[in-house]
Amino acid sequence: MSRRQRIVFAVVLALACALPFLVSNYRTFQFTLVLVYAIALLGLNILTGYNGQISLGHGAFYAIGAYSAAILMDRFGVPYWATLPVAGAVCLVAGFLFGLPALRLEGLYLALATFALGVSLPQLLKYHHFEKWTGGVQGIVITKPDPPFGLALSQDQWLYFFTLVVALGLFWLARNLLRGRVGRALMAIRDHPIAAEAMGIHTAMVKSITFGVSAMYTGIAGALGAIAVQFVAPDSFNIFLSITFLIGIVIGGLASITGALYGALFIQFVPNIADELSKAAPWAIFGVVLIGFVYLLPAGVAGGIRMALARWRAKRQNI
Amino acid sequence: MEAFLHQVLAGLATGGIYASVALALVMIYQATHHLNFAQGEMAMFSTYIAWSLISAGLPYWAAFALTVVFAFILGVVIERVVIRPVENAPVLAVVVVFIALLVILNSVTGWIYTYTIKTFPSPFPAQPLFGNKYVSSHELGAIGVTLAVLLLLYGFFRYTPLGLAMRAAAQNPDSSRLVGIRVGWMLALGWGLAAAIGSVAGMMVAPIVYLDPNMMGGILLYAFAAALVGGIDNPGGAVFGGFLVGVLENVLGAFVIGNELKLAVALVLIIGVLVVRPSGFFGKVYVTRV
Amino acid sequence: MALLEVTQLHAAYGQTRVLHGISFAMEAGTITTLLGANGAGKTTTLRALCAMVKTQGEIRFAGERIDGRATEDIVRLGIAHVPDGRGTFVNLSTEENLRLGAYTRKDREAVEADLERIYGYFPRLKERRAQQAGTLSGGEQQMLAVSRGLMLRPQLMLLDEPSFGLAPLVVRELFAILRAVNERERVSLLLVEQNAALALELADHAYLIETGRVVLSGTADEIKRNDAVRSSYLGY
Repeated sequence: MSRRQRIVFAVVLALACALPFLVSNYRTFQFTLVLVYAIALLGLNILTGYNGQISLGHGAFYAIGAYSAAILMDRFGVPYWATLPVAGAVCLVAGFLFGLPALRLEGLYLALATFALGVSLPQLLKYHHFEKWTGGVQGIVITKPDPPFGLALSQDQWLYFFTLVVALGLFWLARNLLRGRVGRALMAIRDHPIAAEAMGIHTAMVKSITFGVSAMYTGIAGALGAIAVQFVAPDSFNIFLSITFLIGIVIGGLASITGALYGALFIQFVPNIADELSKAAPWAIFGVVLIGFVYLLPAGVAGGIRMALARWRAKRQNI
Repeated sequence: MEAFLHQVLAGLATGGIYASVALALVMIYQATHHLNFAQGEMAMFSTYIAWSLISAGLPYWAAFALTVVFAFILGVVIERVVIRPVENAPVLAVVVVFIALLVILNSVTGWIYTYTIKTFPSPFPAQPLFGNKYVSSHELGAIGVTLAVLLLLYGFFRYTPLGLAMRAAAQNPDSSRLVGIRVGWMLALGWGLAAAIGSVAGMMVAPIVYLDPNMMGGILLYAFAAALVGGIDNPGGAVFGGFLVGVLENVLGAFVIGNELKLAVALVLIIGVLVVRPSGFFGKVYVTRV
Repeated sequence: MALLEVTQLHAAYGQTRVLHGISFAMEAGTITTLLGANGAGKTTTLRALCAMVKTQGEIRFAGERIDGRATEDIVRLGIAHVPDGRGTFVNLSTEENLRLGAYTRKDREAVEADLERIYGYFPRLKERRAQQAGTLSGGEQQMLAVSRGLMLRPQLMLLDEPSFGLAPLVVRELFAILRAVNERERVSLLLVEQNAALALELADHAYLIETGRVVLSGTADEIKRNDAVRSSYLGY
């Protein structure tokens, strides 16, 4: 990181730590969800933005993560923090397995296969033979964790900090991976698949593992989301959840790490504001904004900020 | 045996609807090599227009005809305004635009008509025809309407100069321009036709599944499965695939896996076909000499 | 007045400039050929005439400016382009390919008559009228491409390497028909060929193009006698 970046990072982190003490518990809960979405979006962005594999069904992995956490806590009494690695591992394997046949699918067909997964997911979750674990249509209610060590925090504040730490760890990991050789390999496969293969990149393996890692991120986010919302049910994981994630990465910025955060802020707060107009308004706005971004700002908010900064610097140097 | 026959016939009725939507998907795929993820919502939106017209007191078939015209215009406008600018954009951008369209049509419908489920009339009598006990009049009627649409389309593409020009524009745009075909308009017409077919499917399925903004989600999935089974660039295959998927869905749902997992049939078919045989089971292999 | 008049024509594919100010003209009813090595810009010139590449400069057809118009509109003026690679609609039948050639015409009965006339020129196409055009042989597809152009009843026909990849006998047959078309139907031909000897035999006028410019022009006989052309393009 450059010095300037360090300063910006430190300021943002300080603000993030101060936030729960400045706003209500409900707002804190909302910001927890922002962090959750940011992790999920980062996962999707690794796959779609960096590696060029289009997923319209990432809500499925979010759901698997959420259900893993809920089932472990509800049926097996596992502590909430211990469910994250399990949810991550389950999704890593699920993503990898889904990624294997998906290897044979070119961009558009992968989009179709994942779309099918996203649309049919709620029905799969309702399946009555799984009801013993999944709770069927009713879903599962879980209890919110108390802060440990007698910390003087509310449940919402504690969960916020817990999520913040997980998010920082996952972002740090992604940044180190994506800024180096791995990131270059992913983008080479996205932009020049044949050349990448010729350069000795094991395309098939890299793509499958990317699918797995991407699903792992989104799955961990799902687990955190379930703990925060205290509830999982099939109909909250419909195709529109997957579409929300797609909207998040397009608006935040494809192939950008900070973009995940901008996207998460967008998908968390824009519906809140637009909801007052009509129940349908958030989605109408999502759709219009989405088309607007594709036409006008294909690099998303992150790209827009980069461009604005570059222009500002160029101007300053000219003076 | 009776129950089985009943399921097969019901499957043919819904299969006809899948076949229509699959055909619409294939038409757009042939012309632009895009998968129209918004096809279902376009049909749903048109069906709501039909509902409005009928509620306003129009006779059913008048509303039907007006709706088809409306859907056609909607398709043309969407192509010219929304799709044209991303014609040569990367796959992801195009997919995102289709998803945006899906979301916009879905939410605008919800905004105007609310998310409350509505009933939609059938133009066919409530009593089963000829006193049979296997199939309702609406199911028979839907099969009939579907077949009529398919025949009309076949005649149009096979025997009219405009149909020929549309086929030409879809497969070889450069050569088409060189014989004076306005390729851009042919694509827009293709979109219009696809939307019109979709609207017929919407009006035929609405009495069965009821009218609601999310009514086409599952149907679109079956239609994709049908189009893939038949070969995504083969109209005849898509129609056959539609009927096949309809029967499979009903028979498997009733006797094997239960109604709860019907959508899984579509999911398995889609992924299975894509992985095992991406050209579909009836996908044409064109012989070309260079 | 010249039928076709091209002045200072520039063209580029993206950043790569291919034509650097080509000028030439041809009279109605004549056969003109553009000669040149691979990559000289012959195909690009033809494509430029039909607005299939971005151009600068002036193109006049029968006195009217046509540069800047859309391909479809230029075709409607009566310019048929038989493209490089033949442009066959491979999934359509032979007859459907021919009918597409007459797509812009409204005189239905004349179209039917023209179809028969063309089957007269190319009996092979009549035999294969219902066959999928992609399965025709290379020579047959070339005949189909020329025929599709003729179905427009053009004033001017642009022919891009019609001899490419054909057996010598087939080439002779094709060129005999081209001459007949020119003489009987007064269709002007602008012919691009790598086979200079063949082209000069057919043509009245010729232009020699090198790296996007016209370097030599004259009647076919003059060009044939030019020493440089003889050593570089005719090989004797």
